[in-house]
Amino acid sequence: MRLSQLGLGETGIVKEFTDLEMSVKLMEMGCLPGEEVRVSRIAPLGDPIAIHVSGYQLSLRKREASTIILQ
Amino acid sequence: MDTDIKVALVGNPNTGKSTLFNVLTGLNQKIGNFPGVTVDKKTGFCELPDGRKAQIIDLPGTYSLYPKSRDESIVFSILADRTNLLKPDLIVVIVDASNLKRNLLLYTQVADLKVPVILALNMMDMAQKAEISINVNAIAQKLGVPVIPISARKGEGIDKLKAAIAFANKVPLQQDTIDVEALAPQLIAQIEKEIKVDTPYFALQLAHQHETLDFLTPEQSQRIEELEQEFNFHSQKAQASETIARYNYINDLLYDTVTKKETAQDQSISNKIDRVLTHKIFGFVLFLGILMFIFQSIFAWSAYPMKLIGDFFVWAQSSLHHILPSGPLTNLLVDGVMGGLSGVMVFIPQIAILFGFISILEDTGYMSRVTFMMDRIMRKVGLNGKSVVPLIGGFACAVPSIMSTRNIENWKDRMITIMVTPLVTCSARLPVYTLLIALVVPNRNVWWIFNLQGLALTGMYLFSLISAVTVAFVMKYILKSRERGYFIMELPVYRMPRWKNVGLTMYERSGAFVLQAGKVIVAVSVILWVLASFGPGDRFKQIELKYQQPQYTQHRQSDELQRTIASEKLENSYAGVLGHAIAPVIKPLGFDWKIGIALITSFAAREVFVGTMATIYSVDGNAEKMESVQQKMGTAKNPDGSPVFTAAVAFSLMMFYAFAMQCASTVAVVYRETKDWRWPAAQFAYMTVLAYLASFITYHLLK
Repeated sequence: MRLSQLGLGETGIVKEFTDLEMSVKLMEMGCLPGEEVRVSRIAPLGDPIAIHVSGYQLSLRKREASTIILQ
Repeated sequence: MDTDIKVALVGNPNTGKSTLFNVLTGLNQKIGNFPGVTVDKKTGFCELPDGRKAQIIDLPGTYSLYPKSRDESIVFSILADRTNLLKPDLIVVIVDASNLKRNLLLYTQVADLKVPVILALNMMDMAQKAEISINVNAIAQKLGVPVIPISARKGEGIDKLKAAIAFANKVPLQQDTIDVEALAPQLIAQIEKEIKVDTPYFALQLAHQHETLDFLTPEQSQRIEELEQEFNFHSQKAQASETIARYNYINDLLYDTVTKKETAQDQSISNKIDRVLTHKIFGFVLFLGILMFIFQSIFAWSAYPMKLIGDFFVWAQSSLHHILPSGPLTNLLVDGVMGGLSGVMVFIPQIAILFGFISILEDTGYMSRVTFMMDRIMRKVGLNGKSVVPLIGGFACAVPSIMSTRNIENWKDRMITIMVTPLVTCSARLPVYTLLIALVVPNRNVWWIFNLQGLALTGMYLFSLISAVTVAFVMKYILKSRERGYFIMELPVYRMPRWKNVGLTMYERSGAFVLQAGKVIVAVSVILWVLASFGPGDRFKQIELKYQQPQYTQHRQSDELQRTIASEKLENSYAGVLGHAIAPVIKPLGFDWKIGIALITSFAAREVFVGTMATIYSVDGNAEKMESVQQKMGTAKNPDGSPVFTAAVAFSLMMFYAFAMQCASTVAVVYRETKDWRWPAAQFAYMTVLAYLASFITYHLLK
């Protein structure tokens, strides 16, 4: 299951990443393996999305979210 | 100014770093350039309690010392380069107390560089509101550095922070955070030995960033590359494991020092606001409303101050002409330089108003939502959600709009926005369009309510937006970016704007424009003035002599005579000579040499077209007498007796004005924002080519 497949309000736990370069950025932003994420908002046109992670709101495009694999 | 201690401010974006900088330095700040990047270098001075003076430098906000953009790369190079004049004696890391975990990552990196450091916990009031309790002393003890709780917004804790800066140790006392050497033991040891660095984390950073650091010699960089090969070092994998190790350390640190009451996030005020502001329908309606309001304000609120500035310069010029002895030097000073200055100052109201709004949108956190909502549409054409504001602002004036692109983090998106913004119909084109439309489009209604002239004008506005988007789309494929385009960004919590910050931004942006772009604008105005006021040889003298003869002085009114002289002088000036020279080039567009002169003088500003036309056709050319210009142009005949301004010529001319970069101020401001002459040069070139083609096609279609 990938983060991009979660619906609004659904939660998941980060397991791993498919893109190394993107993973460095995501982890620096507090989106680490073992961390709980919740989809808190979806942009009016369906993309990008906002997730709640590490105590704040992070927005990312669906394509970027699809590099995050959930447990 | 003498400084006793140099202090660098480092922190994540949205932590109130700039607010703290403003609180510490007040108006005592200076804006300069970092070499090679577009972000401004902001330095200022701060008086410490012990009477010493600290130089504060505000570094770009970043989440990590590993840069994701060129602008972020400046942070590590300033902190690490021992030869850099700005290398700080002390680093103040500012963190958002309501989100310590993510913020502390940067702290742990900075601390491991082993430079004396102070941790400033900002937004303590917000943390309290969110029912987060922080044991400040315990954190200070564990980290081994002074930890100062502050609220930069309310000015709380600032005295304590100043005292901490004054009493800071000269040697770093912080505890190690993670076992840096374990990340690449042999490589770090070897770099420490060969490049002569004494901090393991500094050595590791050199391994990661040696390619972009200017202070390393090419040999050193080459050697590091070889060592990396030798020890099988993979930069990104190493960064990933370092980040994980750092977060483990942070989790341990926060485990028994910070407690947070679990509150349901959905109940927070910020979330409720978001539900409306990013709503499928209301979100867009509201944004459109805000844009319209800003657009209207730039137009409406700036009109009066702009008129005041214009009137002031007219008054100053005429009084100086009375006071100073008449002669070429006085003319140069009063008409050339003062005229140019007036052209610079007149932009200040628009810049201040636009930046007032933008800083409110940024400060409240709304700008990130705009990006969030608009990303999908704007991305398709190679732009960014944040490009919307400069593009709409371009309808008023490209100068403040291009300055406002600096909040677009992505380099490529920002460059494309800068490149296409001048295509949008700015207010300086309006007098040109109205004059030409009135000349060739009949003033009557079609389908009862639509005025034909109004339709033509609306068409020009829509056309400009379409061409801007199209050019952006093409540039998306042409421009190569070194950086990867991320969208991964924080959506900060909504806050009230800080009015002091809004005021400071307005002041600071206007000042930066006057001091940096202003020089170029004045220079160009003076050159254009010289071109239009002097002629080769003794042509001007001959004209004056000719009109002193009685057959002219006796039969004509003196002001009419003056206008005839002015017209003939312009024709024989350097600008006139140039107009004749480019006549063969612009002939295929339907333009004669008179229009050629107007094209050249319009480079000072597009609206100068009307004035130049008035002089050439020797009519009194102020705004109220536009009709007389129009009449003269309407009856103007070519040597063969055909009218000059046919529909084909007028529309061709409008197309030229729609595309051509006829604005010295925009060129200057693009240079100031990109810090590289190649950008304005490329922009000038592509716009001129487009203008020529569009005019050519229009002329030949309508002829």
